[in-house]
Amino acid sequence: MAGSLIELRNIHKSFEDTVVLEDFNLTVNENEFITLLGPSGCGKTTTLRIVGGFETPDKGSVYFEGKDITAVPPNQRHINTVFQKYALFPHMNVEQNIAFGLKISGKTDQYIKDKVAYALNLVNLKGYEKRKITQLSGGQQQRIAMARAIVNEPKVLLLDEPLGALDLKLRQDMEYELIRLKNELGITFIYVTHDQEEALTMSDKVVVMNNGIIQQMGTPEQIYNEPENAFVADFIGDSNIIDAVMVEDKVVRICDRIFPCIDTGFGNNRPVDVVIRPEDLIIGKPGEGQLDGVVSHNVFIGVHYEMEIEAGGFTWLAQNTTSYPVGTEVSLSVIPENIQIMHKPQRKDEEAIEIDV
Amino acid sequence: MSRRYFASPFIVWIAAGTVIPLIMIAYYGFTDRSGAFTIENVVSIMGAEHAQALWLALLLALISTAICFVLAFPLALILKDSRLGTKGFMIFIFVLPMWMNFLLRTMAWQVILERGGIINGILTGLGLPALDIINTPAAIVLGMVYDFLPFMVLPIYNTVMKIDNSLIEAAYDLGATKGKVLRSIILPLSVPGIASGITMVFVPALTTFVISNMLGGGKINLIGNIIEQEFTTSSNWNLGSGLSLVMMIFIVLSMALLSRLDKNGEASLI
Repeated sequence: MAGSLIELRNIHKSFEDTVVLEDFNLTVNENEFITLLGPSGCGKTTTLRIVGGFETPDKGSVYFEGKDITAVPPNQRHINTVFQKYALFPHMNVEQNIAFGLKISGKTDQYIKDKVAYALNLVNLKGYEKRKITQLSGGQQQRIAMARAIVNEPKVLLLDEPLGALDLKLRQDMEYELIRLKNELGITFIYVTHDQEEALTMSDKVVVMNNGIIQQMGTPEQIYNEPENAFVADFIGDSNIIDAVMVEDKVVRICDRIFPCIDTGFGNNRPVDVVIRPEDLIIGKPGEGQLDGVVSHNVFIGVHYEMEIEAGGFTWLAQNTTSYPVGTEVSLSVIPENIQIMHKPQRKDEEAIEIDV
Repeated sequence: MSRRYFASPFIVWIAAGTVIPLIMIAYYGFTDRSGAFTIENVVSIMGAEHAQALWLALLLALISTAICFVLAFPLALILKDSRLGTKGFMIFIFVLPMWMNFLLRTMAWQVILERGGIINGILTGLGLPALDIINTPAAIVLGMVYDFLPFMVLPIYNTVMKIDNSLIEAAYDLGATKGKVLRSIILPLSVPGIASGITMVFVPALTTFVISNMLGGGKINLIGNIIEQEFTTSSNWNLGSGLSLVMMIFIVLSMALLSRLDKNGEASLI
């Protein structure tokens, strides 16, 4: 197991009157791809900027390889950043941009030349040395920004929504590219995004944040399959979040029906939230499932049909490759493993996001 | 098709305000009093008195431009990092004198600098010897800097404000020191504003005759004063026009040089 590389301890940060981070603790291990995921304003970018040295926490400390670097300015940290809008220097060509950090650290011309060529090769832009920044597409600029950061051989690479400005296809290509780069370079990536798909695709560890507080930390599978509260469940993919009562261990009452489940330790007759992913709802003929209902909405979205089904006084979101037209009477059932039980939200930030229509 | 008619007032304006006066100056500049062609008016810039006035005007304009730059650039950098309200207020303060009458402002300096003026009053009050500032080239430079500083501050402030902070952060991130960030990022990216600031200070400073009249006491002749005198006291429009043409060459040359710095034409004047 690789040791811890960066540690944030009890970080507090507010801007004016707004608290951005509250008693924030995070450990990043060596050679880890960690993603800070959350809606805008959740404190993920501020966290990244504190690690980079661009913001100073009001309270708390940042440790790098066991040393307190809270007061160390960004130009003395062994950390490099890929900025949200790439921040390439417009008055320099590609080569000068990539060589900027190397020249400062006083490397020889030959070393710089080789290193620039190596980095361009790594990001699949061989021979682009003399290009102007304005001549590059968004995706190319993104790669140059990566190259400029990694030639300095940082221990940690910070990425602030680097794919945000790219179109879908390019973004998906770049996701694989980033995973490849991370494996080839063997350095730690701290990645910030509000896109749950990016987070799930690339990360070793996902940190879901809201209102400056970590809601859940875990592997992409844990975050998706076992969300700890309504906020996480709602933010990571589509989900049905339903009020329910935990009758006893492994038995939950949803919409006045008894469902077997696999969770234990919630007590007896305690109100809970239940998460069921839309793709886990099994649609069958009326009377053959656990709940009967009627399809009220049906949209084809590519991979599958997305349907709304009124059943037991709740509108269920279901996804299925078979289409059930609006008005069809159906039944719903779900296997015990796919029922995820969560405690009721204790605080505001644990609640699902309200979207005003 | 009817859209074209909207442009006609401007065509009249350009003709009356630019083309015709230029032709007239060129006509007067290349003729003598009898109307015969001559290059004497233009060549007379080589004469000792004229050449000296041109040389002094160039020197004082250069010095004032340099001083304006040295004052304006750090100010722009300070303003870039200050809060939004502070920025607006500071720029307002620096531009405020522009709203007062130009002659009044220059005259005020006359009162401040003269022998029995405010500065010497304070100095003698403190038991220090009085200074002869008025009617020296230094007084003219002071007047130029005071009058033209806003023209340097505004364009530089505008370009410096436009520099994306993430570029500066990226430079720090790559290990640059403050000095390196200033030299390699902020300064090169401010060039368009600096170029237009220099033009906007250098050109009026080079041609001024009001400031040199009022603060030079009529003893120090800049090329602007010479031209003015040819048109007024000497009533020699031909010589005045000939010298003006030479000045125009200097101005066009300096602007052409500066506009090469501003490759994107962001703040360009020509």
